[in-house]
Amino acid sequence: MGSGSSVNVDYKYSLQKSENAFKAAVLIQQWYRRYVARLEMRRRCTWRIFQSIEYACEQDQIKLHNFFSYLMEQFTPSSSKERDFISRMFISGESYKEAELEKYCDYESIEVPDSYTGPHLSFPLLPDHATALLEAFKQKQQLHARYVLNLLHETRKHLKQLPNISHVSTCYSEEVTVCGDLHGQLDDLFLIFYKNGLPSPSKSYVFNGDFVDRGKQSLEVLIILFTFLLIYPKEVHLNRGNHEDHMVNLRYGFTKEVMQKYKVHGKKILRMFQNVFCWLPLATLIDQKVLILHGGISDTTDLDMLEKIQRDKFISVLRMKKRKESNRKVEMQDINGESKSEADAAGHEAAPRLSLQPQPAQAPSMANRLEFSRWIRQTVQEQIDTCRRLVDISESEPEELTYSSSVSLKYGDEPCQPHQEEWQQILDILWSDPMPQEGCRANKVRGGGCYFGPDVTEKILEKYNLQFLIRSHECKQEGYEFCHRRKVLTIFSASNYYEIGSNRGAYVKLGPDLVPHFVQYQANKSAHMLTMTQRISRVEESAFRALREKLFAHTSALISAFKAYDEDNTGRITLSNWATAVESVLRLGLPWRMLRPQLVRSTEDGMLEYKSWLDDLAMEQRSQEHIQSSLLEVIYRNRSNLETIFRIIDKDHSGLISFEEFQQTWKLFSSHMNIELTDDGINDLVRSIDFNKDGNIDFNEFLEAFRLVRQCQA
Amino acid sequence: MATAPAAAMAEKESAEDGRVAEIEKRIREAFEVFDRESNKTVDARDIGCIVRSLGCFPSEAELRELLAKLVQEEEDEEATRFIHMEKFLPVMTKVLLDRSYWPIREDVLLHAFEALDENKCGYITKEDLVKYLTEEGEPFTEEEMEEMLSIALDPETDTLHYRDYLSKLVVDETKIFPFHV
Repeated sequence: MGSGSSVNVDYKYSLQKSENAFKAAVLIQQWYRRYVARLEMRRRCTWRIFQSIEYACEQDQIKLHNFFSYLMEQFTPSSSKERDFISRMFISGESYKEAELEKYCDYESIEVPDSYTGPHLSFPLLPDHATALLEAFKQKQQLHARYVLNLLHETRKHLKQLPNISHVSTCYSEEVTVCGDLHGQLDDLFLIFYKNGLPSPSKSYVFNGDFVDRGKQSLEVLIILFTFLLIYPKEVHLNRGNHEDHMVNLRYGFTKEVMQKYKVHGKKILRMFQNVFCWLPLATLIDQKVLILHGGISDTTDLDMLEKIQRDKFISVLRMKKRKESNRKVEMQDINGESKSEADAAGHEAAPRLSLQPQPAQAPSMANRLEFSRWIRQTVQEQIDTCRRLVDISESEPEELTYSSSVSLKYGDEPCQPHQEEWQQILDILWSDPMPQEGCRANKVRGGGCYFGPDVTEKILEKYNLQFLIRSHECKQEGYEFCHRRKVLTIFSASNYYEIGSNRGAYVKLGPDLVPHFVQYQANKSAHMLTMTQRISRVEESAFRALREKLFAHTSALISAFKAYDEDNTGRITLSNWATAVESVLRLGLPWRMLRPQLVRSTEDGMLEYKSWLDDLAMEQRSQEHIQSSLLEVIYRNRSNLETIFRIIDKDHSGLISFEEFQQTWKLFSSHMNIELTDDGINDLVRSIDFNKDGNIDFNEFLEAFRLVRQCQA
Repeated sequence: MATAPAAAMAEKESAEDGRVAEIEKRIREAFEVFDRESNKTVDARDIGCIVRSLGCFPSEAELRELLAKLVQEEEDEEATRFIHMEKFLPVMTKVLLDRSYWPIREDVLLHAFEALDENKCGYITKEDLVKYLTEEGEPFTEEEMEEMLSIALDPETDTLHYRDYLSKLVVDETKIFPFHV
């Protein structure tokens, strides 16, 4: 104790002061930690929103295919025009023999004008060409179509020599760098090269697929990757991803990008890409120990079979309707059934089954309508249900290009079954996802491939004496993620995939010890400058915007659901019931009670006036008043499907479809959707767009008119 | 017995049940956000985040107490401890019904900042902030301190003007996550 009273007071005072400081500190820390926890919760909720919407989109794909199946079952073409229309819808993507391809996609006749200031390529390519290209793309220049086509031809020639499974050894170049999905995000590729160095004899790279779609610079990414592939063939390895597929490109942006950037030669370029994608190797093996493939595996994955497949037969791997979702094996057996008679097919839900006998290579004469319908149904059914591949049509005449392409088999009378197995193998490695539970079940969300469990992984690793798998295909917040007890690594290289600040990208380096080293990054300078709070807010805003749009698209279903809780018709429901109702309609598995404050602005005594809430949502979407609101809702809900359908119809990628084709499509679509729409209704729809006097509709204008094109793609 | 009071009692009880049901739904939602493998378990390290995002302001000590109730004793130190939904739900429901870990009111927080502002000038310097929060109370880790500085400090003067900061954040708080039970 002190000697004098003043010291006592001082001591007491300072004791009190330090007590106060302690208490104050505790309070501030307590409060701050809660603040951070809430931010974390918001971040996770936002992530959930994006993921659930993304996967819901993939479900759209399934709906689209159901639509096609429906068409096939119900539609009997009543005129040759309609027949043309239908067959064009289903027979997509012709494949060419080598010589025809060279002729159609020839580049030598294309002149490069003196005014062209972009990079010039000459073959064989040299490292200087690569640096020139990188520099040019940084300056936002565009490579001339002639060089693009030339590059694609050379790339195709090179890829053809490669086996289905590339082999890489760490004894030649000390380290191998593996990159995941890039999705047209050129900035990320630049960042990777900046941080890790360019490919070279001492720097090997493996790019694990999904180079295109969604991002706006898919072309540039591909050009750079192919250039390095040709300059350093031993060091650069590319795997095919599920987006290296023209059917997927129609929907997710690559097709559009090419046509916008190359207005004159776009079609040729797209055709070439189609024929380059199918030659991309399917997997890469490092030191015989690490297997790299884009999606994943299944319980039937057979590397020996995969090595022997003729991979170029599978121009598109996209699957259509899945009839039996419960058991994948049962589905295979289905094929052995006999095809039903037409009378049966009309009345039943189940689609007609396939017959094992090879189909006639020639279409029946167009004069016989009934026979033609049946033929179309069988043909298309075959295409949809079994061999999803689009076969080389070298045997047929140019005039019959459209009809026989789906039917003729390359090797004469070979039955369908082996092709089915091969196709399944490829589908599985490009589309599957890992799951935490054991087992292997069909991937309903994506509509292709499967969900594979840790036991499936274990079996494959054991069977082929591997250490672990590297795959991509799924966006991860940190750019990479382990699962299955660190036996499966997901690597994802497209940062800010959903929105600026949503996630990091990463790449992984493997040395001779095969121990993975990760490098993460985020390719947006402004994202760094934002504080954590600001970053989260931005991403959140974007997620909620998307979510509100989705809610609007389900207005009628929501009203019915709300009414069920509002028996007295007061127009109000409790917030708790709101949450339950919304989930029952949208089925996104989101924590609605947590999200509610961002979605519902005003409440009274814990009750919500649901009609005015929905009206507010509608106003946000700035709807066109003279179009029926239910129609608008349907358009919103199916907008990407509509866009895809339009693009399929627009065979020559001109961006225009004729008024009749538009009418056709609309009629079919609306009957499928059970909407009453008279001819007048269609005319109203059309009149609200300015369409060219020559009877063509620029469907981009159509989509834009209804704000159907997403803001980021505009 | 007259029926009216009994009916009122029954109504009150069912209202109470309704409240409990609603609380349970909220707890489940928050839990599921962290349930990465969809198997009704979360990493014990995420419990703090879940509890806090349900509107509570526990101190670190209080959190440890809570965790002790939830973790199974058999788990050895090394394995990550997992908390099951069945255990969490009743414990957390009681927390919310009892209104434990009640939120810190804005004025209380203001007093806390003022207590650290020795000269009563309306702001706290970066050095003082760091000193207090990493040495006193339940000290911040280096990471926590850095993050708070990046959010709270005025970059030009390297000081925290706590009144402004508080009012901005309180608006944020009530807008985004009103404390509803």
